[in-house]
Amino acid sequence: MVENIVFGQYIPGKSILHRLDPRAKIFCLLTFIPAVLLAGHWPFYVLLTLLTAFLIVLAGLPWRIIFQTLRPFWFILVLTFLLQVFFTPGEAFLRAGIFQATKEGAVLGGLLFWRLTLIIAVSSLLTLTTSPLDLTAAVERLLAPVARLGVNAPELAMMMTVAIRFLPVLLREALTIKKAQQARGVDFNSGWPWERLAKTIPLLVPLFAGTFGRAEELAAAMEARGYRVGAKRTRLHPLRFAWRDLAAAGFTAAVFALVVFFRA
Amino acid sequence: MANIIEVEDLHFRYRDGTEALRGLSLSIRKGSRVAILGPNGAGKSTLLLHLNGIYLPARGKVRILGREITAKTERWVKSKVGLVFQDPDDQVFSSSVWEDVSFGPINMNLSAEEVRTRVEQALRAVQMEEHKNKAPYHLSYGQKKRVAIAGVLAMEPEIIVLDEPMGYLDPRGKDNLLAILNELHRREITIVIATHDVDLAAEWADRVIIMKNGRTLAEGDTSLLADEELVRAADLRFPVVVEIFRRLPELNLNPLPKTISEAVEVIRAELKHASWEHF
Repeated sequence: MVENIVFGQYIPGKSILHRLDPRAKIFCLLTFIPAVLLAGHWPFYVLLTLLTAFLIVLAGLPWRIIFQTLRPFWFILVLTFLLQVFFTPGEAFLRAGIFQATKEGAVLGGLLFWRLTLIIAVSSLLTLTTSPLDLTAAVERLLAPVARLGVNAPELAMMMTVAIRFLPVLLREALTIKKAQQARGVDFNSGWPWERLAKTIPLLVPLFAGTFGRAEELAAAMEARGYRVGAKRTRLHPLRFAWRDLAAAGFTAAVFALVVFFRA
Repeated sequence: MANIIEVEDLHFRYRDGTEALRGLSLSIRKGSRVAILGPNGAGKSTLLLHLNGIYLPARGKVRILGREITAKTERWVKSKVGLVFQDPDDQVFSSSVWEDVSFGPINMNLSAEEVRTRVEQALRAVQMEEHKNKAPYHLSYGQKKRVAIAGVLAMEPEIIVLDEPMGYLDPRGKDNLLAILNELHRREITIVIATHDVDLAAEWADRVIIMKNGRTLAEGDTSLLADEELVRAADLRFPVVVEIFRRLPELNLNPLPKTISEAVEVIRAELKHASWEHF
């Protein structure tokens, strides 16, 4: 049913994670990430990993989907790991020319790799279980206090929705342009990295031109349906904080506090 | 009130200096099916954007339901005239079908209950209710087109304006869309389409407006599409049915059939005639 999940996509469902107030979910994410980053002792890694696994099970999503959302990040993940392994001073266990892999580096790299994986997995859980409409509503509400400082929260939220919606469209367009150029003889799959990079520039020009044209059309289409910055609009999704939202927020806050406490 | 749309001496110039409209006048009756034809650059799209108040007249007047479109009535007119863009990807931008259709009613600041009813009704009208939770990028082109129309229907306009409605649709998608347009006509909604498709205009419209160089070249019924001088002047071509009967001058037909059913009737009459002669 679901093929090619893109990071940021939403999969409708009825799990407890789906039903949590999006504001609570954002709060949990924003406490979970620093907890992962600050975790100093290995039992905390085990705890946070188990917690992430537990959340994935709670969301009722197949593991396959979580791995799919991780896939675009593998390069960064592997790169950070390798950089740590080879550039941390310490006891060398492998030598390749001027490079040497250290035990300390392997441990550090492994930890960093695992931290990033956890963060990406939990972040994708937020978007996988929250409809963009709810997410925008939550962002709008959470930003309400800054609105007084001149930040236009509803418009920021609208920008977010539009950006999420157009990611797949832009991707498809880029692929179409790429195919059109391949049809005229451009070979994207060979050459040195900088040569390949140079080849993407003619790809970007029509993509940007197309995007600007589309943005203009979209603005006209939105205006045609009565959209106007700052106008009063119907609120369809009144957000309600329930006990379970409080419990979830409280629990992650406690985990965070524990991590910070034992780090000191 | 006979004329639901009245355009009078409308001028419009784009910022880059292109004069898109140069004194365009036309009138459209309530409940009619109008096809606007004309070559690229005739000003069709610019006109459509004026009908919904996105562009305000630089010179001249646009009246909808007898009210002139100005900065003051521009919000009102958006709920009266629904505009369906050619490329549904430009128009359908939310992350789910339901959400997208609700966009217009939400902008009208209706009650949440009213928004829900209107969205359900609009989705039913275009037979997309079973896809309401789908993401638009998982839909076919024809389905997206229907969602774009539902998004406009949910605002309950009295006039619906469509820019090249059949563009890129497959034959089945065209039939579906035609059925929807017929249903809207039955509900007495005035429908205006801008198109290059002379066959569609001949078959579907009851009124034709031909534009060129930002002006109205001719206004009338579909017999305009069989007018040789006009068709040449407007860079159009004859509808297929007209073209066939133009090549059969021996039939002595006046006026020429323009729709398939008219053609079938004529041919059947000729066949009957011929078989009698055979006796």
